[in-house]
Amino acid sequence: MSRDNDIAVDIQNVTKMYGGFAALKGVSLDIRDNEFFTLLGPSGCGKTTLLRAIAGFEEVSSGAIILYGQNIADLLPNERPVNTVFQQYALFPHMNVTQNVMFGLLRLGQDKATAKNRVGEVLELVQLSDFADRMPGQLSGGQQQRVALARALAPSPKVLLLDEPLSALDLKLRQAVRLELQQIQHQTGITFIFVTHDQEEALTMSDRIAVIEAGQVQQIGSAREIYEAPKNKFVADFIGETNLLEVNVTDLDTGRGSCILPGGVQITCPAAEGAHSGPGHLSVRPERIAITALSKGLIQGTATRHIYLGTDLHVEVSLVNGGHVTVRMQNSTQIKIPEVGQSVGLEFEPDSARLLVD
Amino acid sequence: MAAVPHPNARATSDTYIGFGVPLILPAWVIIGFFLVVPVAMMLMYSFLTKEFRGGVIWEFSIAAYDQFFFDRGLFGDSPPTIEWTYISIFWRSIWQAGVATFFCLIIGFPTAWFIATRTGRNSTIWLFLITIPYWVNLLIRTISMKFLIRDNGPINEFLISSGLITEPFHIINTNLAVQLGLFYSYLPFMVLPIYAAVERYNFALSEAAADLYASRTVTLTKIILPAVKPGIVAGCILVFVPSLGAFLAPDLLGGAKTFMIGSLIEEQFKGNAGNWPFGAAASMILLSLVLIVLTLYARQQTRDQD
Repeated sequence: MSRDNDIAVDIQNVTKMYGGFAALKGVSLDIRDNEFFTLLGPSGCGKTTLLRAIAGFEEVSSGAIILYGQNIADLLPNERPVNTVFQQYALFPHMNVTQNVMFGLLRLGQDKATAKNRVGEVLELVQLSDFADRMPGQLSGGQQQRVALARALAPSPKVLLLDEPLSALDLKLRQAVRLELQQIQHQTGITFIFVTHDQEEALTMSDRIAVIEAGQVQQIGSAREIYEAPKNKFVADFIGETNLLEVNVTDLDTGRGSCILPGGVQITCPAAEGAHSGPGHLSVRPERIAITALSKGLIQGTATRHIYLGTDLHVEVSLVNGGHVTVRMQNSTQIKIPEVGQSVGLEFEPDSARLLVD
Repeated sequence: MAAVPHPNARATSDTYIGFGVPLILPAWVIIGFFLVVPVAMMLMYSFLTKEFRGGVIWEFSIAAYDQFFFDRGLFGDSPPTIEWTYISIFWRSIWQAGVATFFCLIIGFPTAWFIATRTGRNSTIWLFLITIPYWVNLLIRTISMKFLIRDNGPINEFLISSGLITEPFHIINTNLAVQLGLFYSYLPFMVLPIYAAVERYNFALSEAAADLYASRTVTLTKIILPAVKPGIVAGCILVFVPSLGAFLAPDLLGGAKTFMIGSLIEEQFKGNAGNWPFGAAASMILLSLVLIVLTLYARQQTRDQD
């Protein structure tokens, strides 16, 4: 198989300007065939603009969008073999479920009988067969979301674009639909490009994630890669929670570096590509830090606050040398939780910390 | 799966609905008194006998309706044949009003679309600009129009002096002049309801249609027009109904050949030459016509929604 066939969408140096504001600044990324790919970032980062550029609703200022070998950047939305699940679903209110799902099929020139069969198939896929004659206004939010999905899947697009499709659903439903979306992606083999600002959604569903901030790709990788090995401060902070310690980097080797922690202890730990010596940041996840006796700690501080989270507990520790650190502890009777005001030492495996690019 | 909400569920609770009666009461009183009573009087007058110097004699008669539909010769003793004079005036009125409505629609729809798609306060400014000419009295505007489109008016003079035409473009006293006058009088009544409908339109629907391979034409006919249809229908009713009974534009811009219902009715009540029962009967026939059309439309709508 040639390389081209493995790549579903190849975004090449795409820039989008709104007047003087650059919503996308030279974004390049490859999305593989049959992949669940997520564009993750805070609101206003450009992720939706990128999705809309692939769909054709935004004209790119420069760059190419290659869909299975064909540059589609200059095509109208109705000429692109991709379909979208819209954030607010955008179901046609004057058409029933069947007519909504059939709309794209008829535009592609299918005859009514063939189209009707296909509508039956996709409605079964999203478990809405009993609602075929309902109007969108008679459906719950979750059902409307399924109709939007069925409508976008019906024409068997090469790539399915999903613009925060779960954001309007309540938490329980959202979790159920996540699993279903993943299942449908596996069943159909269609490449999914999923936009979200919810990192948990991204981590649980995606094969790969592109973290986007300020119109630029910050990091691309699997959920594990971007969580365990964040490249820079933004990614470390945005994905999950982390503690950023101000350290002095003394020595850098390929993939590893030495640094001096606040308080003077020196450790050697993994370093992100591009980290430089001098003042820098060390990321340590709250669940990787343990509380120990004052003398045994790599760093020292005073417990200032408990935050109760149900299964877990956050202990905030303000450091002797300034700054503060959050420690995540299991809410268990076996683990001793330091009192507020108590001086504590903090320890962690140097290998679970990471020197970052600022 | 979450419970399916009732299709007609509204955010309003019964508490708020309860306020409805006192809120609508003033309007009901005014409509009841100033609309129902005059219409009832009109209905009564149409069945009375005419007085020669205007007014009525209190004696039941269907002569007015008879005069409208049947021709019984000069002395009223010939066998009755259908009287076409008034029916053709009605037909011409419907035609004129229809043409004016059509022009209002094809000009008003893009205008309303343009205004509704302006960003921020711009649409308010455009809306205001549309209504500015209507701060001037309709009579004055219609007379100005007559002055403009005369054979030796400024438009013709300009066209002749610029060499585009040699003979004046004859438009005054034609159907076209009347249609132009009606179009100009009622254009905002088309623009405003369509504007309101377009403003409520969810443009994501157009994107969804394009995403599902619909061309611009298909998006317009299958998605946009059905969505803004209530506005279009309201606009057409608001233009067509007053155009049908209009008498200023036909009187001032048209001639004897463009005589419309409004003028016919007006003449029956003017001075001593009038025929009150006949004017009342013509009014009742016009009213019935409008009500029949609206009822048919309302029936159609309820059927569509089922």
